[in-house]
Amino acid sequence: MTVQELPGAGAAAYRPTPPPAWRPRTDPAPLLPDPEPYRVLGTDAPLDRALMLRLYAELIRGRRYNAQATALTKQGRLAVYPSSTGQEACEVAAALVLQEQDWLFPSYRDTLAAVARGLDPVQALTLLRGDWHTGYDPHEHRIAPLCTPLATQLPHAVGLAHAARLKGDDVVALAMVGDGGTSEGDFHEALNFAAVWQAPVVFLVQNNGFAISVPLAKQTAAPSLAHKAVGYGMPGRLVDGNDAAAVHEVLADAVARARRGGGPTLIEAVTYRIEAHTNADDATRYRVDAEVEAWRDHDPIQLLEAELTSRGFLDDSAKEAAAEAAETMAAALRERMNADAELDPMDLFAHVYAEKTAQLREQEAQLRAELAAHQDEDEGER
Amino acid sequence: MTTVAAKPATMAQALQRAMRDAMAEDPTVHVLGEDVGALGGVFRITDGLAKEFGEDRCTDTPLAEAGILGTAVGMAMYGLRPVVEMQFDAFAYPAFEQLISHVSRMRNRTAGSMGMPLVVRVPYGGGIGGVEHHSDSSEAYYMATPGLHVVTPATVEDAYGLLRAAIASDDPVVFLEPKRLYWSKAEWSPDAPTEVAPIGKAVVRRPGRSATLITYGPSVPVCLEAAEAATAEGWDLEVVDLRSLVPFDDETVCASVRRTGRAVVVHESTGFGGPGGEIAARVTERCFHHLEAPVLRVAGFDIPYPPPMLEKHHLPGVDRVLDAVARLQWEAES
Ligand SMILES: Cc1ncc(C[n+]2csc(CCOP(=O)(O)OP(=O)(O)O)c2C)c(N)n1
Ligand SMILES: [Mg+2]
Repeated sequence: MTVQELPGAGAAAYRPTPPPAWRPRTDPAPLLPDPEPYRVLGTDAPLDRALMLRLYAELIRGRRYNAQATALTKQGRLAVYPSSTGQEACEVAAALVLQEQDWLFPSYRDTLAAVARGLDPVQALTLLRGDWHTGYDPHEHRIAPLCTPLATQLPHAVGLAHAARLKGDDVVALAMVGDGGTSEGDFHEALNFAAVWQAPVVFLVQNNGFAISVPLAKQTAAPSLAHKAVGYGMPGRLVDGNDAAAVHEVLADAVARARRGGGPTLIEAVTYRIEAHTNADDATRYRVDAEVEAWRDHDPIQLLEAELTSRGFLDDSAKEAAAEAAETMAAALRERMNADAELDPMDLFAHVYAEKTAQLREQEAQLRAELAAHQDEDEGER
Repeated sequence: MTTVAAKPATMAQALQRAMRDAMAEDPTVHVLGEDVGALGGVFRITDGLAKEFGEDRCTDTPLAEAGILGTAVGMAMYGLRPVVEMQFDAFAYPAFEQLISHVSRMRNRTAGSMGMPLVVRVPYGGGIGGVEHHSDSSEAYYMATPGLHVVTPATVEDAYGLLRAAIASDDPVVFLEPKRLYWSKAEWSPDAPTEVAPIGKAVVRRPGRSATLITYGPSVPVCLEAAEAATAEGWDLEVVDLRSLVPFDDETVCASVRRTGRAVVVHESTGFGGPGGEIAARVTERCFHHLEAPVLRVAGFDIPYPPPMLEKHHLPGVDRVLDAVARLQWEAES
């Protein structure tokens, strides 16, 4: 019997059988990932034209968004920006496979996924601009706060998906994490819970080759990150993360499976971090340009564009329209980010508790008095 | 030995040099952490160590803080002296289980037969414009855990001396590095006889007669600046740099307070449940009859560390220190 067939968190199925009648609880064969990353582009698989054009437009917009955010960082408008340049196929597909009621659990690198899901770009960048931590109400678009402590968002995704299922709601959670994050204990615990509870959750690991400077070889000795799924009793899928059609298909399958009660899936998307870890990082210390250049030849936009052009799906006017839409988005983002953020120092105390404690009210009064005194001084000087 | 003349060095360089010298002298010293190898750590504190001593001595680990500290415990059990780097204050939290349940109490559990001679280096504190989870002052958690030494340098020289002492210590040391002082500079010669600061000794950074500012780490320069500014008001402030939070140097601190009769504790960590409460209580218990005013605290607000654009309102600065000094009941004097 495979995990897929289990009737939800069927308790009986998990009762240990005493030796010598031991047998695997789960047949590992169907859980194993493909030996090579799954690809669609460059094969003769049928493609949904409308979906592909949508992916294409989003990739163009996503690349432009990354470039704009990077530029804003250089101009001092963002405190830091971890770019997803080169990883747009994963970011965009993750957003597009979800339905309205589903939840996305992004990491700090996944502002683009949040934007592609419909979040306002300025709100998505609040954390990195530094005027607040989470710049949006997670309920509004069902996007959990961008998560910095590695892999800690994964158990949250499992818990939320589990809660939704207990309530009988049709909700899938998609959680994003990096290759490095898979080494954290929370990754292990989240996947184990997800499989034991058969929670409707999908784990998307973007294997971009590095965790800051640490290459994957120092992170794991597993055949692939997708193989880790088997140990938890869930299927692992290995996919070319720069093949937008393939990532979309694999993610959509996993989401559909979770939605019909089939339980969690672990997906490893093989991609590459084209930029340094963030603007503060110096990638020349640990990798050579030739490697980056090789990956530029396997660029998600180029791959999709070539395919769609050769299939006659994409003409110049569609390309221009996509580029223009991206420019419009970038111009609006630039303009809004070039205005100074509105800041209220009293926000320091506003959200610590549902109701301010007496101590916080005292401290708030102190800061208010300090600011007033400063204002008086400034005016006195004038 | 060639003597290198004093020239400007940063705290980051002094810390690197301390590890390098310790590794050269003692083959059991091993550095491990995230990005400590080729990159030299995100703050470059381990720069060049992997190259000089090899990857077995300075090891890029998988990203797993509990694993890093847990394996360090095992390495220490087998006779090594691990120096663990946590990438940022808040990223040490996954390692708390190991730190609190094992590192801090191994000696006690084993009735003294197994010590834990390891160092956990933690860049801490704010003031560098870091986004969420990059600016915590986590010292109170460590201080509240018996069995751990907790030290923090404020000068280039102490960075070297204290880290050497920490690595040489037979007990576990949480070594808190004030990240906004990493690039602070001083004339410093690594080969001049640097007095290795003994763990547990505070130092008077600026002598004064009117009141004592008790502080440590990133707040030391703030207090020194405040003391200079205070001369305009006619106050001659003494500044005590604790250097070591555990063990605590009651003697130096109380001698100063008995001389001045007034004290303010200054730190970035939150006030409520923060180090200042313990310090104020100790001073009051020991110096009550010498005190002209209650011991005051200037601390970070009792809030999660704010985002970069608001941190200036949170961090205790010169003005807040001077406001506190002004509240030390000077009326009684006149
Ligand atoms: C618990 C924890 N430890 C360390 C860090 C510091 N850190 C931030 S990003 C990063 C690398 C993560 O690499 P990966 O998971 O591959 O994601 P990528 O940045 O490549 O998207 C590290 C070590 C952190 N954020 N959280
Ligand atoms: Mg990565």
